[in-house]
Amino acid sequence: MAIVPNPHKTTGFLGWIDDRFPLTKMWRDHVSEYYAPKNFNFWYFFGSLALLVLVNQLVTGIWLAMFFKPDAALAFESVEYIMRDVEWGWLIRYMHSTGASAFFVVVFLHMYRGLLYGSYRKPRELIWIFGCLIFFVMMAEGFLGYVLPWGQMSYWGAQVIISLFGAIPIVGEDLVTWIRGDFFIADATINRFFSLHVVALPFVLVGLVIAHLLALHEVGSNNPDGVEIKKHKDENGIPIDGIAFHPYYTVKDIFGTGVFLILFAFVIFFIPDFGGYFLEKPNFEAANPMVTPEHIAPVWYFTPQYAMLRAITVDLFGVPAKLWGVAVLGGSVVILFFLPWLDRSPVKSIRYKGMISKVALALFTVSFVVLGYLGTQPPTEGKTLLAQIGTAIYFGFFLLMPFYSKLDKTKPEPDRITDGGH
Amino acid sequence: MSNEGVDVGKRRFLTAATTVVGGVGAGFAAWPFLSSWQPSERAKAAGAPVTADISALEEGALVIFEWRGKPVWVIRRSPEMLENLPSVDGELRDPGSEKEQQPAYAQNATRSIRPEIMVMVGACTHLGCAPLFRPDFPAEDMGKNWKGGFFCPCHGSKFDLAGRVYKGVPAPTNLPVPKYRFESDNVIVIGEDPTDGGVA
Repeated sequence: MAIVPNPHKTTGFLGWIDDRFPLTKMWRDHVSEYYAPKNFNFWYFFGSLALLVLVNQLVTGIWLAMFFKPDAALAFESVEYIMRDVEWGWLIRYMHSTGASAFFVVVFLHMYRGLLYGSYRKPRELIWIFGCLIFFVMMAEGFLGYVLPWGQMSYWGAQVIISLFGAIPIVGEDLVTWIRGDFFIADATINRFFSLHVVALPFVLVGLVIAHLLALHEVGSNNPDGVEIKKHKDENGIPIDGIAFHPYYTVKDIFGTGVFLILFAFVIFFIPDFGGYFLEKPNFEAANPMVTPEHIAPVWYFTPQYAMLRAITVDLFGVPAKLWGVAVLGGSVVILFFLPWLDRSPVKSIRYKGMISKVALALFTVSFVVLGYLGTQPPTEGKTLLAQIGTAIYFGFFLLMPFYSKLDKTKPEPDRITDGGH
Repeated sequence: MSNEGVDVGKRRFLTAATTVVGGVGAGFAAWPFLSSWQPSERAKAAGAPVTADISALEEGALVIFEWRGKPVWVIRRSPEMLENLPSVDGELRDPGSEKEQQPAYAQNATRSIRPEIMVMVGACTHLGCAPLFRPDFPAEDMGKNWKGGFFCPCHGSKFDLAGRVYKGVPAPTNLPVPKYRFESDNVIVIGEDPTDGGVA
């Protein structure tokens, strides 16, 4: 299909632009005439909030890069300099560090919304896959960024995570050296991590977010009922149960933004380290390659995966526990990509799913939270056993889904949206 | 677009040839970028041997030296510590040090040249954390038959006082013993083999 310049026939200055660039067309397609289901609830705040936090990270990150020194000998000191000597440096840094945790809070809730209402189901598989890629890149960003202040947790976190690649048979050890750029975590490591954190991955992240939104706007948003609003259109071809994103959802999202910013500002101003969860205590000490802190745990958003890694202590089928642990860690993220094809339920939303699916999701939720807690704790025999059970439930939720989602007794899906009078 | 008068065979051939040449070119172009991540010449040149003076090291104590960016521990083991080594053999993954985690001259019951002096790299073979020195025993949190050793705070791996790994922990192998030699009774050179091949 050929592109028609200025399909909306605008005139004047705007018309001059529209003849040359699809400004009005983009505004209408993606904002003022993008019809979203009218029954969005609380769970639908987190997509726009994720975008807001991304912008926060980009802006504060650009500013931090103006003062930070990506050098093993200078990095820790330069962060102290930002905190003490740069005008408002403390605020910019706390906005960035709190923003990292806030990013994971809103994205976890955003993904959970997808689980609740089956937003990953056909025809939204690619939206989900782009989202999983975003999550993956975010994890990489979070890890790389945490290394940069070059504190004790930065150093030993990097040590552990990079060493994970050493579990890969044959090439593992060479791969680890290649990633570090030296025979230990060194200046070469922090220098390249800085480049990846501030240049390479932000580009990838923004590109994926655009792809995520384009895919969403191509097929339209899902909703808490999990029914397609495009099945019922009025004479103008507009979904009867749809409302324009602007002004309806822009206004709703501005309200959500207000509430979010109040909470965000509260954390920044009063508990920026969040009791050791957002900024861990050992990281206020400069990196010491000779001594590991007595208790090390990753930042909170990696603790579920960390607990799963630690849970694997037995060699199985001739494969060492170390490789199993790494496989489980990687698998816990990779398995998310397959979710659209694992769910065989005839309905999308949890509202119409049966008891088995509800119990499965509840167990999954509990196991994820418990694993997250265990990942912050020192390992003991009892806690390792609990983490093993949690890991089994986490994977069971996904791997058994093709069976239980089919067996489950579902309620009939309504033809149209049932609630949400706006 | 009309395909009239087009030599389809020639077009296909040119498309395939361009793809192949372009693909090979992209591969060659990627190499310098990937290769730049390898340790630099400067990094490779570093890593000289380290001389460690242990004259002040007391019995039962541990001292850390930095070698190639890693902690190297030297422990002066007491007779009691040495006596206890065989008593945990049954709980270890590789009690005989059969995996090559030590030079041949340290592949013995004490994993050392001189029984009382233990030299090893203090980097957990799981994911590289530095385990904590826990010579105390009995220690309730370390299990029943604990006779002193090392505990990794990262993922709970346990090692005995010869750096031998326990069963049922994530670390797969014993802690590595680096090349080292005795310059004199109380001076160790870490990173060099004994001049006599370690026979003494």
